[in-house]
Amino acid sequence: MRWLLRGVGQTLITAGLVVLLFCVYELTVTGLYAEQQQQTLDKELSQQWAVPLPSAPPGKPQLQAYEEGKGIARLYLPTLGENQVHVVIEGVSNEDLKKGPGHYPGTAAPGEIGNVVVSGHRTTYGAPFNTLDELKDGDPIVLETQGFFYTYRVTGTTIVKPSAIGEVAPVPNQPGKVPTQRLLTLTTCHPKYSARSRLVVRALLETPLAKRPGVVPPALGG
Amino acid sequence: MYVWIWRHLPGPFAARFAQTVLLLAGVVAVLFLYVFPEVEPLLPYTDVTVDPGPTTSPS
Repeated sequence: MRWLLRGVGQTLITAGLVVLLFCVYELTVTGLYAEQQQQTLDKELSQQWAVPLPSAPPGKPQLQAYEEGKGIARLYLPTLGENQVHVVIEGVSNEDLKKGPGHYPGTAAPGEIGNVVVSGHRTTYGAPFNTLDELKDGDPIVLETQGFFYTYRVTGTTIVKPSAIGEVAPVPNQPGKVPTQRLLTLTTCHPKYSARSRLVVRALLETPLAKRPGVVPPALGG
Repeated sequence: MYVWIWRHLPGPFAARFAQTVLLLAGVVAVLFLYVFPEVEPLLPYTDVTVDPGPTTSPS
């Protein structure tokens, strides 16, 4: 009897330790992984952008084929902190999102007419969108591409069901309609550590700013 | 179980202690590298996208 009780006790303690270890893994190791991936992607993006575009039409966003899992833009959330810069990668699969916020394939490119949709982790893998709920109407969100800084302004924050696929339509919740506005949509899970709902932040393009040496958009302190 | 393992490790106390640390490190490595990454998608907080339902694209 005694050895049986001891066995059960040891098993339970072991299981508890494994669960604790899992928490440690989720909250620290995944963050380290994301940080390392972000550094690599940031470097790759800088190298890629160092090569001049063949013929960038002034004032027009560059249409380009994005490669899944590769960086496509930098995302700045200046009101959430000075270090809130993330490399946005193409794709929203589990593997993609482990590296950073992901751009929905098929949605508009940064600066384009339509809806640029970006999803990111709330609590693990560096938690890029951890404090997304703190964004207020009018707060700037900046997307940096090879040729431009696109400053968007938050127009609203909503909590929707996970099945609200209409949020990623070119005209949100009106699938099939031809877009006229340049929108940005950020999504993440809500509440934290849950999959019950999604947090959706919508923003509207304010000003595109062509990149020149030493020129930074006002939203980033320029 | 732990007592049984301790008894079956060879050598003096110091050697047994070192082997215990190695075994623990091995278990943690297996958990971190293989088990946890497999378990993670089954938990809800990696769901950050909107999609039509659980049958389509993950995450």
